[in-house]
Amino acid sequence: MNQNKHGLIPPKFRPVINRELCRRCKRCILSCGFEALTFENGVIGIAGECVACHRCITMCPEGAITIQKQPLDYRDNEYWTVEIREELYRQSESGGVILASMGNDKSFKSYFDHMVLDACQVTNPSIDPLREPMELRTYLGRKPEKVTVEKDKQGKFQLKGKMPANLLLETPIIFGGMSYGSVSLNTHKALAMAAKNCGILMNTGEGGLHKDLYPYTDHIIVQCASGRFGVSEEYLKRAAMIEIKIGQGAKPGIGGHLPGEKVTAPISETRMIPIGTDALSPAPHHDIYSIEDLRQLIYSLKEATEYKKPVCVKISAVHNVAAIASGVARAGADVICVDGFRGGTGATPKMVRDHVGIPIELAIAAVDDRLREENIRHQVSLIASGGIRTSADMIKAIGLGADAVAICTAALVALGCHICQQCHTGNCSWGIATQRPELERRLDPEWGGQQLTRLIQAWSYELKEVLGLLGVNAVESFRGSRERLRGIGLSELELDILGIKHAGR
Amino acid sequence: MTKPMPEVAPEKTEDRLIIDASQKYYKVLNQEIRLAVSNGAHAIELRNVNGQRYLADGINKRVKIHIHGTPGNNVGAFMDGPELYVHGNSQEQVGNTMNSGKIVVFGNASDVVGYGMRGGKIFIKGDAGYRVGIHMKQYKSSVPVVIVGGTTGDFLGEYMAGGILIVLGLTADGDEFVGDYVGTGMHGGVIYVRGEPVPAHRLGKEPARVELTEKDNALLAKLLKEYSTELSLDFDKIMSKPFFKYTPQSHRPYGNMYANQP
Repeated sequence: MNQNKHGLIPPKFRPVINRELCRRCKRCILSCGFEALTFENGVIGIAGECVACHRCITMCPEGAITIQKQPLDYRDNEYWTVEIREELYRQSESGGVILASMGNDKSFKSYFDHMVLDACQVTNPSIDPLREPMELRTYLGRKPEKVTVEKDKQGKFQLKGKMPANLLLETPIIFGGMSYGSVSLNTHKALAMAAKNCGILMNTGEGGLHKDLYPYTDHIIVQCASGRFGVSEEYLKRAAMIEIKIGQGAKPGIGGHLPGEKVTAPISETRMIPIGTDALSPAPHHDIYSIEDLRQLIYSLKEATEYKKPVCVKISAVHNVAAIASGVARAGADVICVDGFRGGTGATPKMVRDHVGIPIELAIAAVDDRLREENIRHQVSLIASGGIRTSADMIKAIGLGADAVAICTAALVALGCHICQQCHTGNCSWGIATQRPELERRLDPEWGGQQLTRLIQAWSYELKEVLGLLGVNAVESFRGSRERLRGIGLSELELDILGIKHAGR
Repeated sequence: MTKPMPEVAPEKTEDRLIIDASQKYYKVLNQEIRLAVSNGAHAIELRNVNGQRYLADGINKRVKIHIHGTPGNNVGAFMDGPELYVHGNSQEQVGNTMNSGKIVVFGNASDVVGYGMRGGKIFIKGDAGYRVGIHMKQYKSSVPVVIVGGTTGDFLGEYMAGGILIVLGLTADGDEFVGDYVGTGMHGGVIYVRGEPVPAHRLGKEPARVELTEKDNALLAKLLKEYSTELSLDFDKIMSKPFFKYTPQSHRPYGNMYANQP
């Protein structure tokens, strides 16, 4: 069959150049990681290659570029959507699994967008965070059953007994796990710098820890996942916390494949595998087939680090997440990270991304309920992740019961990401989700660190504002305050799961 | 029995620091071991070990530890340097994600020996269970070695990404001394079996049999010399039968399962 190189799938976007404004500097051509621009008596945008990442627009000194959707009408069909039709073409042309990146982009209901917050009026006056102290500090880790104090020789009160290892966050946000491999080293550096500036943590994901990040040890969470990439005794000691990754919101129940072409020399060094080999993370940990087995991995990590570091277990939000979280808490985890179905990824089968898992809002409410019912909520800190877009999402997640939130996509957007959802191609024009040296060097880690620091600062200010209007002076006092949330347009069952009332009640 | 290492003085039995493990909770026992190691002990003997887990977990010093009894799961997990001698059987996950050092087991070992191991050696005199050497990997000069004297269960070398696995079948009753799914998901490293080739119905999809070269023979001789010396076995008897070699057919077994991307 005579086809153009795009086969049955028509082009999506086209860069359009204003010839009068263009001064032919070709910066746009150099900036495109997807080769969607070329030069023939002037710059020409090629339809079909452009992914609308906007790098060329940002780099154009004359403002001469716009991106247009390639005008193309299909016969209307609410059932056979254009997306479905194109996926069928792609599968029939390749015989392969369709990959996707970032998080689930389907039109499922966002519960964050159906919840509103309370505010103080007249009685119980609100607090002005500009003048009064507002505590955002959050401690991650197991808390004792009860706190007892005793007087020391100087007559000062001291904590009686030993406190389990806890980590201080200056604000209840961490940067979630994104591996070196799925993102560039400069991205990791930016995240680490910002984590240090902000007194928070960044999670390395399962790609090992590059030596350049060693100075940030106190702000690093290292991941021990099923592939055990880069996991060594040294790696465990170079972290403030260790996370056992069981699942990821974007791909619950499946492992990860970093394709061999992305395993470059520096990647092979941190993952400790030969160049060009696929880095395969199996779906399960093959030493974990039960809660008791999980307990053994938790305690072998605790023994290896002499009980000085909290151990976190990250699970995907799935149907029985509450029961699973209860088991994880009883297995000895100090922190549980629950990752909802909107959570992002560098690459996953699209079908899994879009159809597996449940929303973080429902999961966090269910987990918090269950742990409280069983009187073990104090044994773990809860981190909500998977689609936290704004400080409002963060505040609502904390109101539902999370101790802190983990952000990934939002952090990448601060580094320039335009959510073109092409991470799996490795061609990121912004130097974020790529290992191509000429693209990676575009991201200045110093600038990126500042961008992220400002983002965390902004969210922290907004969190203070909201705590003030709620009349609460510490975020830990607000945690799980579901009476300060109301639902709008939610069914009785949904309200019941979230543990909130409908607006007006 | 043991040979001297360059870094430490030749070991004398009377120099061993003896720790009695009976009635000790693993946490306490491990604390005592760590304390002894940080105080500079070169050789430690643990007596009456009875299922205590995580022995020598995460220790990064060159120290010899003799374990008498049965250590619990995860002996030598994450360790980086020590030499462990288990005078008895060991339970599951021997040398889980270990980085360097040596574990010699004079009895049998249970499931998941050397999971994610990236360096060092594990010598098992007897049999081992399922998933021996799963996801072992190597990087440059760091090449892990697991040698099982007896038989192994299913999924030998599953997801193997590097390193060397040798199964001798010395205790085998019949011809077949490996379980099913040998090398399933294998994309690096090498498996050698002694005596008979792996029956076709037991071999996973990814590995393939290849002929041994002079280099392989030299490597096997070197490793098995060390193995037989450590375990007081007859080297010539071990070498009296042929070896068969299996390597992955691709370093990218799943490279073609994805659609071309826009």
